[in-house]
Amino acid sequence: MTPPVPPTPAPELTWEPPHLIPNFWWRWATVLGLVAYLAYASTALDLNWARFVHGLPRAWDFISRMVPPSFERWELIVSGGLESLRMALISSFIGVVIGVPVAVGASRNLSPWYVYLLSRGYIAISRTFPEVIIAILFVKAFGFGAFAGTLTLVAAASGFIGKLLAEDIEDIDPGQVEAIRATGAGGMKVLLYGVFPQVLPRLVGLAIYRLDINLRASTIIGIVGAGGIGSALFHSFKRYDYDFTLAILLVIIAMVMVAELVSTELRRRIQ
Amino acid sequence: MSEGTEQVWRRHTRQESLQRFSIQFGLTAILVWAVATLDIYWPFALDAPRQALDLARRMVPPDWAFTPHVLQPLLETINIATLGTLLAFVLAFPIAIMNARNTSYNVLTFWVARVIVVATRSVNELVWGLIFVVIFGPGAMAGTVAIAVRSIGFVAKLLAEAIEEIDRGQVEAIEATGANRSKVFLVAILPQIMPAIMGVAVYRLDINIRQSSVIGLVGAGGLGIVLTGAMNLFRWNRVAVILVAIFLVVVASETISAALRKRVT
Repeated sequence: MTPPVPPTPAPELTWEPPHLIPNFWWRWATVLGLVAYLAYASTALDLNWARFVHGLPRAWDFISRMVPPSFERWELIVSGGLESLRMALISSFIGVVIGVPVAVGASRNLSPWYVYLLSRGYIAISRTFPEVIIAILFVKAFGFGAFAGTLTLVAAASGFIGKLLAEDIEDIDPGQVEAIRATGAGGMKVLLYGVFPQVLPRLVGLAIYRLDINLRASTIIGIVGAGGIGSALFHSFKRYDYDFTLAILLVIIAMVMVAELVSTELRRRIQ
Repeated sequence: MSEGTEQVWRRHTRQESLQRFSIQFGLTAILVWAVATLDIYWPFALDAPRQALDLARRMVPPDWAFTPHVLQPLLETINIATLGTLLAFVLAFPIAIMNARNTSYNVLTFWVARVIVVATRSVNELVWGLIFVVIFGPGAMAGTVAIAVRSIGFVAKLLAEAIEEIDRGQVEAIEATGANRSKVFLVAILPQIMPAIMGVAVYRLDINIRQSSVIGLVGAGGLGIVLTGAMNLFRWNRVAVILVAIFLVVVASETISAALRKRVT
């Protein structure tokens, strides 16, 4: 009788899910680096629990002064809101008028290199700075009010349209351009019949999208004196009229939401 | 050639032309209304070229000696953006789970999450900054919280969309082992949305670096504080230095973010 063969132990299987960073050392170096950075950053910014707890009663006081919202001076809200709307409409229109030539200039397939560089430089500057910064400069140059605000939004919108439309123009079908060129058409006619029909739906979509963004921005640049409902918001805040502030905020949220709904719906229909 | 069969080619039918005309007319009318009622003080507008030239002359040459005083706020701006983004993710995670149709508990939680998403997204960080400066006092803490709160809606919305698109089979497999809700989330859902988390984090960090450079205008820390200071003293040649700093940090962050996102996706 032979003793029973002991069952061979199953080979041990270890399985690890795949990692985001495959190399073991790199992975832990990244994690350690991040932890060290976050520890440094939170001490550098002096974030601590005590300050947070200290702020709680003030938060409660603030909220109780905000609620209920006061629509007593609704005329100010209406006139501010309408001004924001006007600024957004005008600036989107002029932004398209300026943005289209910028886009043509910033398309590598249409423009000579010096026009290309110039247009790309304009786009970089107008897109890099937040609207509020541009607004500060325009307020200094053009005085307080809706005029400076409108110009701010024009500057931001033209760079936006220029960049995104240029991407589309660079992707057009060159065959149509060549066909128009073969008829002996000049530069302007090539643009009108060979290029623009191909990017028109995109341009309309961009214009509507930018109108939405401009309306959002127009409610905020009033903080630096560039007109719109933001001025009313900022002033009410400085006067500690928090219930009026809340009313203005609610109107801004409503405006932004309606603009987003309308803009999404319109763009969906065009495409 | 017989009479009466002559056809004139028209690009649009009568109805189409009417529609086009009414759209064009409507747009023009709205624009005319907007321009006519816009409050423009013409003496200011006419004076503008002179004022702009004056501003340019005051800014050039920039006061480069001021650069050392910009570095510390610049670092603070970046720190506000990263910590704000991190805090935004911590706050946005539960809201994203509530805002995804397949993981939300019930209709009520879904709509609560939706309201939070819309409200936080629609209020600008400068307004959040104003509010948190009142609560926490001026400084970087108010800025960090303002950046975080403003980002909640954006992050939660995109993460919720990622959760809605996950493969249901993996969730069912883990559920079949008898795992509870949190384990299902950790093992079946989280790994699937990890790429989305990375992508959204890098993208939002880029946006937040731009925004945290101006949030100091309302006293919430970062470059905006020195910017306000320089402007209040009319030191426009210092303002120019700060603008260059903002430009550089935003361009750098955009470049890094684009490169990282290309690797992640």
